[in-house]
Amino acid sequence: MTTTTAPVAAPAATHEAGSPSGLWSWLTTVDHKRIGVLYGVTAFIFFLIGGIEATLMRIQLAKPENTFVSPDVFNQLFTMHGTTMIFLAIMPLSASFFNFLVPLMIGARDVAFPRLNAFSYWVYLFGALFINASFFLGGAPNTGWFGYSNLTSSQFSPGHGVDFWAVGLQILGIASLAAGFNFIITIVNMRAPGMKLMRMPVFVWMTLVTSFLIILAFPVITVALVFLLFDRLTGTNFFQPAMGADPVLWQHLFWLFGHPEVYILILPAMGIVSEVLPTFSRKPLFGYPVVVYSGIFIGFMGWGVWSHHMFAVGLGPIADSFFALSTMLIAIPTGVKIFNWIATMWGGRVELKTAMLFAVGFISMFIMGGLSGFMHASPPADLQQTDTYFVVAHIHYVLFGGSMMGIFAGLYYWFPKMTGRMLDERLGKAHFWLTLIGMNVTFFPMHFVGLLGMPRRVYTYAPNMGFDAMNMMSTIGVFGIILALLFFIANVLKSRASGKPAGNDPWGGSTLEWAISSPPPPHNFGTIPTVHSLDPLWAKDGAEITRTAGQVRGPIHMPPGSIWPLVAALGMTMLMSGMVFGWYVGIPGLVIMLTGLYSWSFEPCD
Amino acid sequence: MTPSRRRSKPLRLAAGLLVLGALALAGCALKDYPQSTLTPHSDLAWAIQHLLEQLTFWVVLIFVLVEGMLIVTVMRFRSRPGSPEPKHVHGNTALEVAWTIAPALILTFVAVPTVLTIFKTQAKAPAGSLEVKVVGHQWWWEFQYPGQKIVTGSELHVPVGRTVALSLETADVIHSFWLPIVGGKRDVVPSRTNHIWFTADSVGVFPGTCAEFCGISHANMHMKLFVDTQKDFDAWVAAQQQPPIEPDSTSLAGKGKAMFLEVGCAACHTISGLSPGIIGPNLTHVGSRTSIAGSTYPNHPEYVSQWLANPQARKPGALMTNLGLKPDQIAALTAYVESLK
Repeated sequence: MTTTTAPVAAPAATHEAGSPSGLWSWLTTVDHKRIGVLYGVTAFIFFLIGGIEATLMRIQLAKPENTFVSPDVFNQLFTMHGTTMIFLAIMPLSASFFNFLVPLMIGARDVAFPRLNAFSYWVYLFGALFINASFFLGGAPNTGWFGYSNLTSSQFSPGHGVDFWAVGLQILGIASLAAGFNFIITIVNMRAPGMKLMRMPVFVWMTLVTSFLIILAFPVITVALVFLLFDRLTGTNFFQPAMGADPVLWQHLFWLFGHPEVYILILPAMGIVSEVLPTFSRKPLFGYPVVVYSGIFIGFMGWGVWSHHMFAVGLGPIADSFFALSTMLIAIPTGVKIFNWIATMWGGRVELKTAMLFAVGFISMFIMGGLSGFMHASPPADLQQTDTYFVVAHIHYVLFGGSMMGIFAGLYYWFPKMTGRMLDERLGKAHFWLTLIGMNVTFFPMHFVGLLGMPRRVYTYAPNMGFDAMNMMSTIGVFGIILALLFFIANVLKSRASGKPAGNDPWGGSTLEWAISSPPPPHNFGTIPTVHSLDPLWAKDGAEITRTAGQVRGPIHMPPGSIWPLVAALGMTMLMSGMVFGWYVGIPGLVIMLTGLYSWSFEPCD
Repeated sequence: MTPSRRRSKPLRLAAGLLVLGALALAGCALKDYPQSTLTPHSDLAWAIQHLLEQLTFWVVLIFVLVEGMLIVTVMRFRSRPGSPEPKHVHGNTALEVAWTIAPALILTFVAVPTVLTIFKTQAKAPAGSLEVKVVGHQWWWEFQYPGQKIVTGSELHVPVGRTVALSLETADVIHSFWLPIVGGKRDVVPSRTNHIWFTADSVGVFPGTCAEFCGISHANMHMKLFVDTQKDFDAWVAAQQQPPIEPDSTSLAGKGKAMFLEVGCAACHTISGLSPGIIGPNLTHVGSRTSIAGSTYPNHPEYVSQWLANPQARKPGALMTNLGLKPDQIAALTAYVESLK
């Protein structure tokens, strides 16, 4: 697809004329919407894989001294469950929304670097496949998702699992960095006329903050992983205590990345919820500037709290006090956001569509996760809670009750925009209620079993410890979540084929994406709208924007598809995987990568 | 905010009751939950518990208030046929300032006791404390009493009412020392020495465990704390200071002693006056302990022989070598080990 010149009447016709179908068109696509769909589908599949890993662990822990999986497999499962959910599911699910929505919400035709965007996706896909290949090539990583040194040294982890993990995270980091830069540049440069920073939708703001966190946090873990790989592959001593190194260095580097990473996982969901709540309350977001500033403040403060993951390390009373106070401080902007969300609904006309139920569910569950987080912000209390199931409960209220509920809210909200069809509300509501009940049955007892002394990451427990009933309950809850997901999958499959047609704006939203057809044409906007207010479609000139947004008034230049981002991504993954597989994979990888980059650079763009 | 203010008094009461309920539940449950963090038995654990009670009060109160507000808002403003189009309100500075200050105040209420507790519990141990050096190993705990010249494994004995100062180290990877009943956990980190001290306030036997993932048998790295009366403790010390029991060389245990040296046990295990190995636990008085294999199994001849026959079957990844012992060798070694009271 190159240039659309003729004005087109029916949006559906534009779609068909403009989007070639077939496998090749997907392999070469540089359309941010298609890349968004690719991200979403791939990440959801990895979400299911991570879910299967969790289910196997829960079956193992259903009763004491169970032998459903071996200890080593269990250790691989919890390592890969954490790694998968964080790096292969939630982050790319957020990226899926960034991709699909940011250009639409800011009134742009694509992201700033469409081919780099495709490159990000392919690197993510190949990196994800690489790290999971370890299951079949001698065993997956088994040192936990934060891989503490010196357990990860060749001495204590002689297999290749840790190499797969470290190289895989490096590969995934490149995907994240490329995407982070792409979205910052897109948001800074490509907004429609009149869309000042303080007129950007909150979701775009949160994308911007998240992207900054990504480009600043990933270099830190990159350095840590380079040290680790040097130690393992070339015999350096960055983390080797026998040679005088301090393995706590790893913890500082990892959590200096890791805590901003937590906000990378939650801020996009907060952005989604900040879009869903106003639409279904028929009322603008309450205190928009404060919600935006809180998000920025959370992103900023996320850099000053990392050692609250390390209260048991023994950093001394001054460090413990500092990190306790800075952590507690984050409760303020978080609380402010929650109050503003509630105030958005106050006095509104709250329509409890599935998207809205998930948004309210997000707030409700995130309060739980936030409050348990507040409890272990206090170091002495944390010393009884850290490394127990209490923390497992906390992280799942934040990431499942928080991030995933937010992502589901976004899916129900924007699915009509993505596909042109509505999701079924009855199946959706079943999905929501089962998720809410299932997750609480699963994770709520974990608070108690943790306070009653069950450490995390144990493949077995003794029968006389009082852990039995609560573990059985958690295991039963998982099947509620599985049932909920089956409803969701059935809903998507059914609605995609025969859902009610959505029209441009099924919910009466206020942001620009609702001004154009569903799904949007490849060029998004025929006429780029001029924005005069925060909620453009709810403003006086909203009807005018809606009327003109689809009109094509002249030639539109769109970048052609390209296979080279995929080739470069494949070559780069092979090159890096050579650190595990050997030079005979690495050298061909280098050649393929250079071919890809060279052809990409000299490919004509018109 | 009027509705929530109107409700706040009964809610506060409800929150208080919830906290009390949870604590009451926890208080009577030590028998059922032996590793519970909610049944303090030392000054350190109590300091943490007092802080936890305050935290729980605020957290439950905030939870009930905010979730209540959320539910009330959703129910009250739920769309009904004929609901009017809402007024577009963009914000309210006074309100927003109020709900910024409110959490800040609550934070202060929690932050002050937090910092005080941090400095109190991390101060230097009082002089005259009983000093014990704890060494974490994959996957068992070693306890050295330098003043008493005792080395033992997996079972820590302390006298009630006397402050015990632990210095914590590791022989290999990071572990985390955790006896919930006497206080929070503390990591043992290579090339560092950590400290923790507590005064146990009641006699009993309490389980503890490693809390930081440390490899394949992390789940099997337990320990036991024996809080003894001073008299019992002194007797224990005196017994541990004895040289190992010398079995009659014609008895089964005597054969076991010879076997101990012959098959290679001595390379890793110390038996005072007999062997110098320091890789595995000191066995000088292993027969006096109540459990084996990182406090995973009771110290009973049946378990000991299974352990000797195949350590990795009872404890995956265990670093003790499977020596391929024959049944008669196992019987002799078991008899010897069990005799080392």
